[in-house]
Amino acid sequence: MERPVDFTQSYDVVIAGGGNAALCAAIAARRGGASVAVVEKAPRFYRGGNTRHTRNMRCAHDSATETLSGPYTEDEFFDDLLRVTQGKTNPDLARMMIRRSKDMLTWITEQGVRFQPSLGGTLSLGRTNSFFLGGGRAMLNALYRTAESLGVHVVYDAEITDLELDGTRFVAAEVTTPQGKRRLPGHALVAASGGFEANIDWLKEGWGEIAENFLIRGTPYNRGSLLRTLIGKGMQQIGDPTQCHAVAIDARAPKYDGGIITRLDCVVFGIVVNRDCQRFYDEGEDIWPKRYAIWGRLVAAQPGQIAYIIFDARSLKLFMPSLFPPVTGASIEALAGKLDLDPAALRATVDRFNAAVQPGQFDDTILDGCHTEGLTPAKTNWARRIEEGPFYAYPVRPGITFTYLGVAVDDEARVQLAGGGRAENIWAAGEIMAGNVLGQGYAAGIGMTIGSVFGRLAGEGASSHASR
Amino acid sequence: MQAAEFVMPGQRADAADAAHQSHLDEAERLMTVCNSCRYCEGLCAVFPAMEMRRAFTAGDLTYLANLCHNCGACNSDCQFAPPHEFDVNVPKVLAEVRNDSYARYVWPGFLAPMFHRNGLMVTLVAALSVAAFVIGFAAWHDPAVMFGTHTGPGAFYRIMPHNTMVAIFGAAFLWSILAIVMSCIRFWRDIGEPAATLRDPEALAGGAHDAATLKYLDGGGVGCMNDSDKPDDNRRLFHHLTFYGFMLCFAATSVGTLWHYLLGRDAPYPWWDLPVVLGTLGGIGITVGPLGLLTAKFRRDRQLMDESRMGMDVAFIVMLLLTGVTGLALLFLRATPLMGTMLALHLGFVFGFFVTMPYGKFMHGIFRGLALVRYAAEKRRHLG
Ligand SMILES: Cc1cc2nc3c(=O)[nH]c(=O)nc-3n(C[C@H](O)[C@H](O)[C@H](O)COP(=O)(O)OP(=O)(O)OC[C@H]3O[C@@H](n4cnc5c(N)ncnc54)[C@H](O)[C@@H]3O)c2cc1C
Ligand code: SF4
Ligand code: SF4
Repeated sequence: MERPVDFTQSYDVVIAGGGNAALCAAIAARRGGASVAVVEKAPRFYRGGNTRHTRNMRCAHDSATETLSGPYTEDEFFDDLLRVTQGKTNPDLARMMIRRSKDMLTWITEQGVRFQPSLGGTLSLGRTNSFFLGGGRAMLNALYRTAESLGVHVVYDAEITDLELDGTRFVAAEVTTPQGKRRLPGHALVAASGGFEANIDWLKEGWGEIAENFLIRGTPYNRGSLLRTLIGKGMQQIGDPTQCHAVAIDARAPKYDGGIITRLDCVVFGIVVNRDCQRFYDEGEDIWPKRYAIWGRLVAAQPGQIAYIIFDARSLKLFMPSLFPPVTGASIEALAGKLDLDPAALRATVDRFNAAVQPGQFDDTILDGCHTEGLTPAKTNWARRIEEGPFYAYPVRPGITFTYLGVAVDDEARVQLAGGGRAENIWAAGEIMAGNVLGQGYAAGIGMTIGSVFGRLAGEGASSHASR
Repeated sequence: MQAAEFVMPGQRADAADAAHQSHLDEAERLMTVCNSCRYCEGLCAVFPAMEMRRAFTAGDLTYLANLCHNCGACNSDCQFAPPHEFDVNVPKVLAEVRNDSYARYVWPGFLAPMFHRNGLMVTLVAALSVAAFVIGFAAWHDPAVMFGTHTGPGAFYRIMPHNTMVAIFGAAFLWSILAIVMSCIRFWRDIGEPAATLRDPEALAGGAHDAATLKYLDGGGVGCMNDSDKPDDNRRLFHHLTFYGFMLCFAATSVGTLWHYLLGRDAPYPWWDLPVVLGTLGGIGITVGPLGLLTAKFRRDRQLMDESRMGMDVAFIVMLLLTGVTGLALLFLRATPLMGTMLALHLGFVFGFFVTMPYGKFMHGIFRGLALVRYAAEKRRHLG
């Protein structure tokens, strides 16, 4: 039974957002005995923000399971996190999250979510990441079904636009609905309303005007309105507005919500040039899963925030297909023409690259050492001459996955106050506090781990607070 | 009505071709989207089969479409489903391609128009068939025989001689089998699978297993999506009742034939005899099953369905239902003066069912079975 939020009632726990973090909090709070209202800004179809687009989560586990190919210990997880963030994490929070991630696999299964072995084309994650059967929307649907059957009330098309606080104590939320503004009082608030990646103006505060050229891979509804309010009302901010997960995606993708299918996995097989036809980074630095998350920033730093992956016929079938077909040309010059690039300049760059390629045994399954000599920047693996037509290109732009700037929390997911101490009855979970764990960098699947672990903690904390 | 109602037959075929092409184009677009996403990989056979390819020919798409069981799971799980601008609706589009395929491979080809308004066509055939039996019996017998009470072995044959029955039904059945086999050959050639696969016992066993258990009508384990995104397993249950009911009826007829020719025993048989037990159970199956399927169909979310083919689906289900209901009625009324009438009705529906098998929704089971055999073979080739 779907039950809408009753605005004439006061709830024990009010939850902002409708994604993974919000639903884990809602279920945990309801199981703890609280009355729970979930306030989701998006319409029903688009409920669950970026969670809709996910496919897996990263949880520590001591042994292989039906769907995971081997153990992934807490220490190994922690080392991976230190490596990707280059130490920019809160180590105590991170350790706590990783310890609790172990339980998450069982807990989330108990909430109706089902897993499967890693998807075709993602074997490298088969040991560490648990894949949702049917993807993120299937996962969300299961969480909603469970929440509803437990008696959680949900309202869609409803944005929390302001908070009524008594000092730093949450009293009520101002909810903007198509019918107008409503007041929703509650004993505790869980802020799980995502980041602000869909708010281009806010991105500009960190990135400047170039943010205009960014594509947003996920939901258009994560605009950070509640995050702004929280910071404005005395909660402690963490992280800076340029920190985010950003990859290079197909430049033809829609401005918002293009999701996973606009990603491109072919950088390592060719060269990447900017609109002046110049290369700017080692395309073969490391295996793709370890490098794909740096290319968003790299492209953002190029003129016009656009770049072109150029490769030849031999590489066409080496990577996962994506939504748009590549741009094709019988010659490098013809290809340049279709891309609106200077044919002579592109030809010169390709020739220079081809001349620098050293002989070697190309092997796309390992770091094959095929490299260039005397070229800056060098290509250190999978360097193979681009010579067999037809030639192909994908135009790419920075695609922002989600932002890290958020509110600071403690190990109970309680929001911290800018002036010191912690808020009495406000919790945060998910993207809105990801910056506590992710100072920079990213490892696949951590977004969902942050949402689930802190969401559940927040829900449990909020419900026990309300029952006091 | 629209002008389309009055076009010449040739034009209508062109229109069907154009529609078919646009269905194929859309299916190709979707498979490209899905192949770059793959989130639904674990739900059924369609997505793993899709991943074995990078480009999709018309044959590939027809094959994938016939692998799809329309459980609906990939629609409620899809982040790009309508109203998203990518407009990904795999169950509906594959249903369209699948439904096109029955007409595309029909034999003989000039009967393809049977599929243009299949619901109407099947209803007409059924009505004609029932009318023929009723009128035939009435014209043949004087009312005393037609409305008399006949009991004991051979009672039915006093209404219709056994040899006549065998001749008429045998001919209809053989024709239908021939037409179905010819359609299958066309289908198999077009999807591009070598004939050798049909001699591969492992592939045949794999396909038969997946078909018999309706392995892929379960939304990846939780059941079909019907009127909401809350799954249930009812469609699979009712489909099992229908399918196994049908098989039991078929078995009843076969056993009856053996009894007749081998043991020299004439129908009607006593209630405890094998043909009657099988037939009764089967009759209940093809009565309850279709009722459940019909209810599910009318309740179902329209977004998941090829609504333009609703008539074909409904006609097939109703044919089964009426065959079952008249069969059961015949059993209960066979010792009364209504036996003659019930026999005419029942035989009318059975005959109508037989002759429309190659020209209606019945083909879904055949093509799906073949697609599952191919999938079993492909999976093995791919893994090893
Ligand atoms: C294409 C893509 C693929 C991804 N794949 C993965 C993956 O495989 N694994 C992984 O771990 N992470 C992945 N991520 C990241 C992951 O999606 C996020 O980390 C995660 O979903 C965050 O969960 P959340 O609940 O905090 O936010 P969300 O799921 O984004 O939910 C936030 C919700 O809050 C609502 N909202 C916003 N503002 C308000 C307001 N003021 N009032 C009320 N509601 C509001 C929004 O409508 C939204 O529903 C991916 C992201 C993208 C874009
Ligand atoms: S139906 Fe949607 S979620 Fe499933 S594979 Fe296709 S695009 Fe992905
Ligand atoms: S409707 Fe069901 S069977 Fe058909 S493709 Fe989708 S998940 Fe597979």
